Amino acid sequence: MSGAPVSESDVQALVDGRLAPARAAEVEAWLAERPEEAARVAALRQDRDALRAAYGPIAAEPLPPRLAAEFARTGTPSWRRAAAAAAIFALGGAAGWAAGYFGHGHDPERRDVIREAIGAHRVFIPEVRHPVEVAASEEAHLVAWLSKKLGHALKAPDLSAQGFRLVGGRLLSDNGRPAALFMYENSAGLRITIHCVAEPGASETAFRYREIDGVAAFYWIDEHLAYAVIGKLQRDKLLEVARATYAALEKK
Amino acid sequence: MSGVRALILEQVPALRRYARALTGDRERADDLVQDTLARSLSRIHLWRPAASIRPWLFTIMHNLFLNERRRASRTVQLGADPAEPAADRADSRALLDDLDRALGQLADDQRAAVLLVGVEELSYDDAAKVLGIPIGTLMSRLSRGREQLRRLLDGEGRPRIRRVK
Repeated sequence: MSGAPVSESDVQALVDGRLAPARAAEVEAWLAERPEEAARVAALRQDRDALRAAYGPIAAEPLPPRLAAEFARTGTPSWRRAAAAAAIFALGGAAGWAAGYFGHGHDPERRDVIREAIGAHRVFIPEVRHPVEVAASEEAHLVAWLSKKLGHALKAPDLSAQGFRLVGGRLLSDNGRPAALFMYENSAGLRITIHCVAEPGASETAFRYREIDGVAAFYWIDEHLAYAVIGKLQRDKLLEVARATYAALEKK
Repeated sequence: MSGVRALILEQVPALRRYARALTGDRERADDLVQDTLARSLSRIHLWRPAASIRPWLFTIMHNLFLNERRRASRTVQLGADPAEPAADRADSRALLDDLDRALGQLADDQRAAVLLVGVEELSYDDAAKVLGIPIGTLMSRLSRGREQLRRLLDGEGRPRIRRVK
């Protein structure tokens, strides 16, 4: 118990759920003896919830064409398509189109690519002796082989700036279709994987985020390939890796 | 470069939500978002990749909002149009109108603090940076803004049924 006097900032941070558990308990105990303050905190929470409820739906609306046009105005052709797709389907909301596309949509037959990819990640990253089929020492062969299997020119992005070096890769089966896995490792032995599967006919998407049982993935579609960058990393860190991956793949 | 554009695109829904709550008006909100996008897309090179993109975009929006407010001086009344009787409106619409009206009566800087922290869930640190103020100032604006909002909403003369869920 720190026993420090409860300040107005403590009260605000309690409303926002940003106090450390121990301090939150102290502030709650302090409130328990002050019904008027406790009622005020309850009202502040209620107001915050009301604001979120009232303005939240705006974020689930489709992107108005004139905003999509800002991206189209300055972008490359593939960006114009992405912006057009974004204008049709709401971004950010639970009803996002990539969510449907990647399998938690309405079609029960449609496989869940991200769940599959995260599953493969779980299976292969603990492997000590055989984490990959082809090691990084044969990178050129690995990339050529997987590219041939998927029918698209793949790349193993250079993630050294993010502290990850290529371990190698392997061929996977994603519901009977070939999929590629690239594995990377940092100096602490933490492994991440990049999954890639061909999605002919699919349009570009923005980055999407998903987490299953503590394993996080950023995924997107670009040039008829679906990518997922997967790891047990903080969202910010993983995003940094995903961004670097995207940037490396963009470079032709 | 395209990766950054994807990150900006990903933030558009949040920018629209914040702008809508900040301005109290749909069209003005999207004007503000459009200006924010034009500026950020033309200045991608100024963004430091080590930093999170969200505060950067909100900072650009905040500065544009302030410029616009200065231009429009104090004559523009923020908030919703005079409302029809509450009974005639759908509940969610009534909630939005009530909040628009109440938020419109807050000082700009207090409204921004309440929204950035409460709705956009920026950290106190990031919210203070967006507004260009020390964290202590942010906390006092947050406190005063929320307090005034509470009084305004209580003053509606109806029981506090505005919790939607």
